Amino acid sequence: MKIIVCAKQVPDTTEVRLDPKTNTLIRDGVPSIINPDDKAGIEAALQLKEKVPGSTVTVICMGPLQADVALREALAMGCDDAILITDRAFGGSDTWATSSIIASALKKMDFDLIITGRQAIDGDTAQVGPQIAEHLGIPQVTYAEKIDLEDDKLVVWRQFEDCCHIIEVAMPCLVTSLSELAEPRFMSVGGIVDAYNSKEVKIWSYEDVKDTLDEANMGLKGSPTKVSKSFTKEAKGEGMLLKDLTDDEAVAAIMTKLQEKHII
Amino acid sequence: MVGFNLTKEQLLQKQLFRDFAEMEIRPIASQMDEEEKFPQELLDKLKKYGMMGIPYDRKYGGAGSDVLTYALCIEELSKVDGSTGVTVSVHTSLCCSCINDFANEAQKEKYLRPLVNGSKVGCFGLTEPGAGTDASGQQTTARLEGDYYILNGQKVFTTNSGFADVFVVFALTDRSKGTRGISAFIVERDTPGLEVSKDIPRMGIRAASNAEVALVDVKVPKENLIGSEGMGYKIAMTALAGGRIGIGAQAVGIAQGAINEAVKYVKERKQFGRRISQFQNTQFKLAELQTKVDAARIMVWRAAVAKDNHENYAPLAAMCKYFASEVANDVTRDCVQLLGGYGYSREYPVERMHRDAKITEIYEGTTEAMKMIISGAMKVN
Repeated sequence: MKIIVCAKQVPDTTEVRLDPKTNTLIRDGVPSIINPDDKAGIEAALQLKEKVPGSTVTVICMGPLQADVALREALAMGCDDAILITDRAFGGSDTWATSSIIASALKKMDFDLIITGRQAIDGDTAQVGPQIAEHLGIPQVTYAEKIDLEDDKLVVWRQFEDCCHIIEVAMPCLVTSLSELAEPRFMSVGGIVDAYNSKEVKIWSYEDVKDTLDEANMGLKGSPTKVSKSFTKEAKGEGMLLKDLTDDEAVAAIMTKLQEKHII
Repeated sequence: MVGFNLTKEQLLQKQLFRDFAEMEIRPIASQMDEEEKFPQELLDKLKKYGMMGIPYDRKYGGAGSDVLTYALCIEELSKVDGSTGVTVSVHTSLCCSCINDFANEAQKEKYLRPLVNGSKVGCFGLTEPGAGTDASGQQTTARLEGDYYILNGQKVFTTNSGFADVFVVFALTDRSKGTRGISAFIVERDTPGLEVSKDIPRMGIRAASNAEVALVDVKVPKENLIGSEGMGYKIAMTALAGGRIGIGAQAVGIAQGAINEAVKYVKERKQFGRRISQFQNTQFKLAELQTKVDAARIMVWRAAVAKDNHENYAPLAAMCKYFASEVANDVTRDCVQLLGGYGYSREYPVERMHRDAKITEIYEGTTEAMKMIISGAMKVN
């Protein structure tokens, strides 16, 4: 089984500081980590690899050269190969351009399963994974909290707010992972030694993907998204569940609540 | 290390050690101290992630890293818990090094491999009730009878002995030759006649295993002699020289851990209407402590790099151990003071760190023994 995990290097902070003029993140002085949802995806991939002998896990990342360390970390956790997709021409890419570029690289690779994180903690769009699946024309299951392999199919538990969908999907396919999917293992000391001495992070630039990538879909020019405003998301209040009420009681309870809140 | 900077590889190793210590040790460190017990699960995790064979060759199943990385590991573990630091240190730089540096291929294959690949744990039996700083005063004997040496004697303060599988034991094969009559043996735990006592009650590093080891007619196959007869003292002194890098790193870790706790505390604690971090006394005190710890750390790194480069590291290791252990005692005492009554209470970890720091001035060579080595290297007398 050939598994590819798409991972992003992100700043390790929940208190994102924004440049008020450009609406972009200020990354200076903030340590970088593998995006938590993506790291859970790496762990899930490694667990699948352990179940299916002969499997390989390749991790790919698009970003600046500094993202090398995130890929070394993935190698030290046990991934077999690592590819860093990097080029000045890719700078300023939005989710559309990013997914186009990553898909162009994936078109050059063999895979049965692609795992991406649900969303990155620095942008919270949750768009790149699903867009990659669309570019590649393969099925996708998002918000995976559990993955099982049954014969040649995957069974994915897709998390919803109040329930869980159990979805059977044929491979090749793409799954976006929640951080709950798997608790990432530590690297090992020997794994880090290998990651820097016997394994390599391959660098792919525009030249390596240009025959599968439309130039109009990359970089700032290939990015249709215009950010009008950035903000830190607010925590949503806990909902209220009223159980075992008759229809009349339910109506009365709802009316009371609406009146309490001066909505009616 | 290039200049004073760690390589990218060493930085990633440091991240592993820090994450491991924070996630796996911090939640249980206080409980380990209270219960005076080293959890088997923690030992298993240290083995699993390759922390019990860091500077040893891949050929034998080690991680294939270096002494500096090993020192980084001991520091990061000790920032959170000094007991874990010494457990890894004694296994790695006392037990394993005797076998790695002096044993033959068959012995390395049989004993070094399981020790460095995370299967087994080792300890080092040199100290005796009457042979502390003067290790030449060994009373344990080894008598050759046919294919076996028969060992009789008593070891004390043997770190890791409570759970170790492999014991490196020093014994006299020829009393008339003094230190040249001491030999080193590999003894398996389940050998009849080898008895380990309960752990000795101690002031600090209470979670580490430290017991007496009694040897009564212990039959050790003669192929378990390390090197040749009479080499034991040299083997022990070489292992201890390297061990001091580990203890220096442990002392730096304990001290840095205490500073980190103090910095967190002084930013929260209010007295006289201000956070105590706003008082210049607090600021200057922490500046002094951090400067001392940084100096000690650089000395540990210098000794580790010298060992990695196969230079004469022994005096450098003695200096870093002497300096770092005094710094650890000064710093932890002052950190307890910065936290005041809360620092003295067992609710906060700095009192544990203060207790843990004391032993670093004593074991693997006292401060006074370090000064003998340093002045000897200076050819003072």
